[in-house]
Amino acid sequence: MSITFALIGNPNSGKTTLFNQMTGSNQHVGNFPGVTVEKKTGPVRGHKGVNVVDLPGIYSLSPYTSEEVVTRDFLISDKPDAIINIIDATNIERNLYLTLQLMELNVPMILALNMMDEIYGNGVAIDIQKLEEQLGIPVVPISASKNDGVDELTHRAIKHAELKSLPKNLDFCCGYVHNAIHSIAHLITEEAKAAGLPLRFAATKIVEGDQPVMEKLKLMEPERDIIQHIVDDMEFHLNTDREAAMADMRYAFIENICKACVIKVGHSKEHLRSIQIDNLLTHKYLALPIFLGIMLVIFWLTFSVIGSGLSDLLSVGIDSVTAAVDNALSNVNVSPALHSLIINGVFAGVGSVLSFLPIIVVLFFFLSILEDSGYMARVAFVMDKLLRKIGLSGRSFVPMLIGFGCSVPAIMATRTLPSERDRKMTIMLTPFMSCSAKLPIYAIFTAAFFTEYQSLVMIGLYIMGMIVAIIAGLILKKTIFEGSPVPFVMELPSYRLPAAKSVMLKMWERAMDFVKRAFTVIFIATIIIWALQSFDFGLNAVADTGDSMLATLGKLVAPIFAPLGFGDWRAATALVTGLTAKEAVVSTFAVLLGASDASSVIPLLSQMFTPLSAFSFLTFTLLYMPCVAAMAAVKRELGGWRSAVLVMSFQTLTAWIVAFIVYQTGMLIL
Amino acid sequence: MKMTLDKLKTGSTGIIKSIGGEGALRRRLLDMGLTPNTAVMVRKVAPLGDPIELHLRSYELTIRQADARKIEILEVAE
Repeated sequence: MSITFALIGNPNSGKTTLFNQMTGSNQHVGNFPGVTVEKKTGPVRGHKGVNVVDLPGIYSLSPYTSEEVVTRDFLISDKPDAIINIIDATNIERNLYLTLQLMELNVPMILALNMMDEIYGNGVAIDIQKLEEQLGIPVVPISASKNDGVDELTHRAIKHAELKSLPKNLDFCCGYVHNAIHSIAHLITEEAKAAGLPLRFAATKIVEGDQPVMEKLKLMEPERDIIQHIVDDMEFHLNTDREAAMADMRYAFIENICKACVIKVGHSKEHLRSIQIDNLLTHKYLALPIFLGIMLVIFWLTFSVIGSGLSDLLSVGIDSVTAAVDNALSNVNVSPALHSLIINGVFAGVGSVLSFLPIIVVLFFFLSILEDSGYMARVAFVMDKLLRKIGLSGRSFVPMLIGFGCSVPAIMATRTLPSERDRKMTIMLTPFMSCSAKLPIYAIFTAAFFTEYQSLVMIGLYIMGMIVAIIAGLILKKTIFEGSPVPFVMELPSYRLPAAKSVMLKMWERAMDFVKRAFTVIFIATIIIWALQSFDFGLNAVADTGDSMLATLGKLVAPIFAPLGFGDWRAATALVTGLTAKEAVVSTFAVLLGASDASSVIPLLSQMFTPLSAFSFLTFTLLYMPCVAAMAAVKRELGGWRSAVLVMSFQTLTAWIVAFIVYQTGMLIL
Repeated sequence: MKMTLDKLKTGSTGIIKSIGGEGALRRRLLDMGLTPNTAVMVRKVAPLGDPIELHLRSYELTIRQADARKIEILEVAE
């Protein structure tokens, strides 16, 4: 027999830690169909045929966010055999709010009371037996990070699923709300059955005024009138509105439970410690310098110390393998085309992509620590005001900042943003932050054209990227992301020491994710560009890149760039090769201009560009679509090629428009 | 004059009278435990002046000033 558990809980309740303890590293990560909401599945260790699905961390089952909607749809239509609801025992009041809503879904359910080590450590007592009685579902105390009680939880959950015992006590309502729920339940029994909705859930949601549920029920006019009457009556007697009445009712019930089951002795040590840490980290004057300091250290360690060290090691490895294969191929006399395919296509392509890997691994190591420790929420708290104007929240700040290093991990980092809208918008804007691979291009061009103002031009480009992101954000906010943004009402969780296992698993997951893409999408893309570069349309290998398919294509698209001041086919060609990795723009110019190395390109460039057209070219380079590795990340996070292609077109179009404005205004002024 | 949460001084506590606003925002505030008769303490204001940090139901929550303005409270005497 196969059993599927749904693992649900608030964000910061230790849900992912529990999931990792239950499944080990054997996890399948994907998205829910049609949305960018992550869905993780894994087999439960030591129990054949038992699987657990990790659902998004949510606070409620309201109809307003895609995470909540996806969760309730999954629970209703996929019918897991049991719900494991994990709650943070140190924050029991707010955590039980979701519990009460989950109980109405008519699915066997078990409560995992997490962080019990902190509870015991602070002399707090929770009467587990009484809690079970009052809630009518089994309660298992655990400590996910210490792996205490997890085995017992699994055993009891399996037993519970096999018995199919549903939550016993749903009458946590009283008075007028109680009457309203029961009258409505009576009225819609048939409709709820036809729509496949649990009756109690449907009735409660109607009292709350939940539009999607109302539509699914397809109620007739007279029934709708009666419902309206029932709700009006309830609102009149309670002197409040339907949504507040329901929330109030749930919290009142929870307060009573807590009074009966939880014996508290003052503030917990952890909470006090958290407040003290916050006195420093969100201090009025110190918060920003500390944040910038932390980010600087992370950047420095990632891009200069550990990351680059590992990158160098990796490239030494790749180079020696390449050389060995190169030799072997020469010895066995394979055809030159095949030889070139393997060495210049496969090895060069994969090698350049894999050089990203150390950076991704190291960066995600630090990001996981920031996230799991609770500091990321504080960054959002401190930075929120800056990003609000463009319709984002403080949460997007860190991914955007990482964009200055590399767009690939920056885009991957958006996955921790709590709302789908913010994720999409951040993914669209992050590539405007100039990534470090573009620096060699800026260096060569500024050396060729702006010797006196080299650093000024470079800083100008970075600032231009940010300004374009702000303008694009404002436009997006008014167009495709119109409507009320997801509210910024965010929990500031207590600081906790990140679990090593969670950090390692997250690192591993991201690394594997990237490697998988490196060998599929990115691999194919680099091979295609290599082929375009090495052959003409008769599929004959070319000695001079100027005769290749790529050059022919470059000549074809060059006129598009004429209004930007660089209608030369070599510029167009360089931009295309830049898609494998941005620094390839420089090497392409070197090849096409017949320079022996990168530095001898500098004098040759001035034959092709004027200072103005050079600046226009840099502007375009700054803003146009990112490299294939970043594109693959966009595709992964947005969940499909369609949206990825749209994002790419949006960026390239923006680049064209801005470069056009730069060049044409420049022509007028100069 | 109506007393609202955004006007509450750092360190003071208020009792929620009503939650204004609408749609997703209002529902989120209610879901997070900002229900009538709940005690809320303003713990801190962010370094840039917005948002604010609240303490309620033994946890910490942050909301924006503009949204705090929609929450009517009764100030608790020190």
